Amino acid sequence: MSQMAMPDPASAFRQRSRSAVDDSAQRQNFRSAMDYLQAKRRTQFPDEQELVGLRDLGEAIRRYSLANLPRLLEQLEQNLTANGIRVHWAENAEEANAIALAIARRVEARRIVKGKSMVSEEIGFNHAMQAAGIEALESDMGEYIVQLAGETPSHIIMPAIHKTKQAIAALFVEKIPGVEYTEDVDALIQIGRRVLRRKFAEADIGLSGVNFAVAETGTLCLVENEGNGRMCTTVPRVHIAVTGIEKVVEKLEHVPPLFSLLTRSATGQAVTTYLNLISHPRQPGEKDGPEEVHLILIDNGRSQAYADAQLRTTLQCIRCGACMNHCPVYARIGGHAYGTTYPGPIGAIVSPHMLGLAATYPLAFASTLCHACVEVCPVRIPITDLLIRLRNEAQAQPGTVNASLRGSGAARTALVSAIWNAWALIYSRLGLYCLTSWFMSRGRALSPIEQGAWTRSRTPLTPAPRRLRDLLKDRRP
Amino acid sequence: METSCHSPRQYPPKPGNAYLFATCLVDQFAPEAGLDTVRLLEREGIVVHFPPDQTCCGQPAYTSGYPDEARAVARRQLDLFPEPWPVVVPSGSCAAMMRHHYPKLFADDAALLAKARELSQRVFELTEFLVHVAGFKHSDSGQPCTIALHTSCHARREMGSHETSATLLAGLAKVRVEQQARSEECCGFGGTFSIREPDISAAIVSDKVDSLCATGAERVVSADCGCLFNILGRAAKLDQIAGRKTPTLPGEHIASFLWRRTSGKQA
Repeated sequence: MSQMAMPDPASAFRQRSRSAVDDSAQRQNFRSAMDYLQAKRRTQFPDEQELVGLRDLGEAIRRYSLANLPRLLEQLEQNLTANGIRVHWAENAEEANAIALAIARRVEARRIVKGKSMVSEEIGFNHAMQAAGIEALESDMGEYIVQLAGETPSHIIMPAIHKTKQAIAALFVEKIPGVEYTEDVDALIQIGRRVLRRKFAEADIGLSGVNFAVAETGTLCLVENEGNGRMCTTVPRVHIAVTGIEKVVEKLEHVPPLFSLLTRSATGQAVTTYLNLISHPRQPGEKDGPEEVHLILIDNGRSQAYADAQLRTTLQCIRCGACMNHCPVYARIGGHAYGTTYPGPIGAIVSPHMLGLAATYPLAFASTLCHACVEVCPVRIPITDLLIRLRNEAQAQPGTVNASLRGSGAARTALVSAIWNAWALIYSRLGLYCLTSWFMSRGRALSPIEQGAWTRSRTPLTPAPRRLRDLLKDRRP
Repeated sequence: METSCHSPRQYPPKPGNAYLFATCLVDQFAPEAGLDTVRLLEREGIVVHFPPDQTCCGQPAYTSGYPDEARAVARRQLDLFPEPWPVVVPSGSCAAMMRHHYPKLFADDAALLAKARELSQRVFELTEFLVHVAGFKHSDSGQPCTIALHTSCHARREMGSHETSATLLAGLAKVRVEQQARSEECCGFGGTFSIREPDISAAIVSDKVDSLCATGAERVVSADCGCLFNILGRAAKLDQIAGRKTPTLPGEHIASFLWRRTSGKQA
């Protein structure tokens, strides 16, 4: 056992989820938000057959893109370069931040204004920039609120979903000079927009994510609602886009089905207010647009998932968040308890590749395997099968075929392995099973009242006086 | 091709014989539900065979990340059903394990895979079997009552048998089925999840008990013992804490409820 006071990842996760479960106000917040988002999604898919067809198409496009990933990435680089967009490759978070920083230093940037990007959260972009003395300001309203509060997003689409309007009102009064307390949501948004409007004009660099990168045309697609994405990618003189290598698709015609699945699954919108298609920097004769556009393509563990046929399906994800919106665990503990950039079911299957299983294995177990996520995933990622696979990997004996990932075997303990060994022994040998279950029935009066974690919230389980096999024997002549 | 959870299933005509795979929970903790399953099937003129060597489908180890242990147990069950008769399982979750996950579990062994695939084609959840194969048609002889139905996630999302449970209950003239809020949401059991993450599991099952109680139903029925023990155990614990002597939310397996209502034995 370690002498350090550091809790192991499983205890740390349990501690965080316990506090989350005990926070009844926050639980109520998440519950109503999830109910609202589920209902909104339902209204977008009234026709079951249309949904089936669209999911078939979306899944096929994503599978095709991944099956051809190396070729499509090369094609993307060629066509972006031909369009005047500079392409950079980053193995990990540090490399990605270093590339962005080098650009910022070259153009003598002091301020970066950001559109919403989970990949920038994943690589710790804001911290890296701040450490180098460069301001990185979030301009998506939810992200702005979260940044102002010194927090991280609790949801990949709705980053401030854990906050009430009262908490946001108090935050604005505290952090923004000259603001009067108001709980009027429209007024709060106007306050934020006033602050941000000035920042777009002052920024040297605009940073954004990418929803789909089209290889054939060299186009970056950015889906958003607030217009801040368009501001970030058109007003500052330099635009840097960051994205994971899996976001590429081959053709422009692959975008509409994925866009439709994304907006309808995520926020229950038929379309978003903005769909930006960025193909080049400012052209001669154009009056606006950045002088430089960069794309940083980030691996950060994705190639580990890519290398395995089953785990590769993780990369089909289009980041709609429907899996978390429908997850009974996410609804109870919220996003922060997961302790990773990506929470919920998608976080549980993607984080192990980014951070290693040793740090993230508790997330694979934080699911009842109820299949609600599988039912709504627009691109049919077999999330529950992947969770089971990660559970296998986490407890695999190092050096065996079952252990193939960074951190495989990290959750293996001699005690739990011995319990499952014994279980398999009993349940695969009829004699042993019959003996054990017979003793359990005959000794039912001796059944423990305390059955560990089960009886903390439930009455104990007591075996029946006679097993079904005994009752059936009596019944038959 | 693996069995799909999405494409509609083709059902065979009513057979003369069927196997019962009772599940380990029914054998040890709810044998009455198993006996009532036998009674329901026999009444349809089906001879029920209970292979005495059966233990557990292997799901606990399979979902806990111990595939070798799951295989060791599941492989024993593969040999228990030599005749081409349907295998009826009074649990959506265990039926889904055998129907959809056995082929995955034995994917690396051609001989066992062939066996698993063949078996998976004739595994039926009980209510699915009663509606689509046995043609269950019996009239309700009980007193008027109100109930709530909890369908397990695997019944709903892997077997589609939430609908057949509802169909059978809707056929009982004097039973009113109350709809609870978020009926499609998990009860928080999740097998070993309930003991691995007890706080989250408790939060989910508490909400489930609340929505079931809010319907005012006299009892809850379910085709899955795992969920049932979770829900009833939570409800009983709340009664215990509050010092209530009569259970707020009693419940039983749908096989027992159906048999009581339609056999004319009791109310």
